[in-house]
Amino acid sequence: MKNIVPRVKVPATVKAGEVFTVKTLINHPMVSGFGKDKKTGKTIPREIINHFSCDFEGQNVIAMEMDPAISANPYIEFQAKVDKSGTMTFTWKDDDGSVYTKTAPVKVG
Amino acid sequence: MKRTQVKTVLVVAAVAALALAGVARADEAMAPNMSKVLEINGEKMITHTKAPKNIPGLSEIYSGWLFRSPSTQTMETDDIDNPGMSGEAMGEIEWANVDGTAGKSCASCHGDLAKMKGVRTQMPKVNKAGVLWSMENYINDCRTTRMGAKPWKWSGANMQDMVAAISVQSRGMPMDVKTDGKAAKYWKEGEKMYYTRYGQLQLSCSNCHEDHYGDNIRADHLSQGQINGFPTYRLKTGKLTSIQNRFKGCIRDTRAQTYAEGSPELTALELYVASRGNGLSVEGVSVRP
Amino acid sequence: MNLTRRDVMALGAGGAALAMLPLPAAAADQAALDAAIKKFTGGAATKDGGVKLTAPEIAENGNTVPIEVEAEGATEILVLAPNNPLPSAFTVSFGPLSGASSASTRIRLAGTQDLTAIAKMKDGSFAMAKRTVKVTIGGCGG
Repeated sequence: MKNIVPRVKVPATVKAGEVFTVKTLINHPMVSGFGKDKKTGKTIPREIINHFSCDFEGQNVIAMEMDPAISANPYIEFQAKVDKSGTMTFTWKDDDGSVYTKTAPVKVG
Repeated sequence: MKRTQVKTVLVVAAVAALALAGVARADEAMAPNMSKVLEINGEKMITHTKAPKNIPGLSEIYSGWLFRSPSTQTMETDDIDNPGMSGEAMGEIEWANVDGTAGKSCASCHGDLAKMKGVRTQMPKVNKAGVLWSMENYINDCRTTRMGAKPWKWSGANMQDMVAAISVQSRGMPMDVKTDGKAAKYWKEGEKMYYTRYGQLQLSCSNCHEDHYGDNIRADHLSQGQINGFPTYRLKTGKLTSIQNRFKGCIRDTRAQTYAEGSPELTALELYVASRGNGLSVEGVSVRP
Repeated sequence: MNLTRRDVMALGAGGAALAMLPLPAAAADQAALDAAIKKFTGGAATKDGGVKLTAPEIAENGNTVPIEVEAEGATEILVLAPNNPLPSAFTVSFGPLSGASSASTRIRLAGTQDLTAIAKMKDGSFAMAKRTVKVTIGGCGG
């Protein structure tokens, strides 16, 4: 079990329909599958986060299919807009089957 | 394979060119662009100031941040943009984590992590027994003697996450290591090392970081080698890097046998190099290529 | 520790047993690149313009290169790094609550290459942008 701490930055309060920036960062080595073990010369098997999505109250904001080119500790920044207060849900899917989630409240005011 | 050889030749040529560039007079090197201001989460950092009096080779000191490209600089300005802060977050969790036979966590003795404010500015520091210790030594001493836990590897993720978490408490405070009193003999030893040429390439720390900061070593922009930003998140490795691991990398590049992390030699060097940055802000977790 | 030339040149963190990076550099695999594009466009033509691809001209390190893609009116954007072992870097799709058809992330580049972004527009057309990013080999590896 890896120690994964997803982090997100969402403005606490936004105006209805206003476009705002969302930033996310998750610690993960993103093993590309192209590297080799220095000692044995064997390829180190790929193990990456392959999918990210952000949803708000059941509606999608953004989704990303991620390939091994994504750097270690994936950082994703994007724009969102909402009409009402609610919860933003962030989901990262790992090659090993793990799913990491994080939620953040967004208040429209 | 072929590529490796070509790279080797290039690196050797570049480093050798530096060595042959002759003895530059002190402080003839190029100052970085100082119009850039480092603010981390809106808090202003000291990235340049007058050199300490006992560092005659420099008149101004500059954080490595000033030598980086704009995109790398930006990554350090906000904790969510800074991938090294994920490690720091793990360190914060570990602070309260009970480990070892004594049933204690760091917090059991030290209380809130915020009480570690100022600690980083003093490291490395002579301990009660008169021996110079880095922060890693203090952490492992707590782990083994107080917690009954296993020591961490010097540059292991656990250790550097904790070093990061403790360092961040002093963010913005100027580095202020002691160089006199009981520290004096270690400081002198470190100073001697700094100016000693090592390895097949016969390079001292000063050849690059005092005589040639601001110059390019191939595509890399040489900094003063300041360590106020450590532990540093390296874009290359995607990990937090310890001060002494970076020293090893430098010494290895001179094609010398390296000292071990935690060795008296590297710890003395760490004190001396830290003292060259006395006055620069602790950046907590910096971001460097 | 005895230092061989290869050790000297190994670009991993000293002491790390595993050299996961850097990605091996290779010439662009045209077939793989074409396949990745075709998978996204279904073979439709792409026109230039309408996509903004922002990345540093010179990356300080190829393992973490910040990039941003933006294409107004796009539903999906594919980003390709043609000289990487796998040309496809990521595909981002924008849902109903997306505030702009843009995204930023950080990617690995196995050497200097022409980053390519292809956007799928709402009307089903495709737009493309390229940008050369130079990846330097650092002086000190360390």
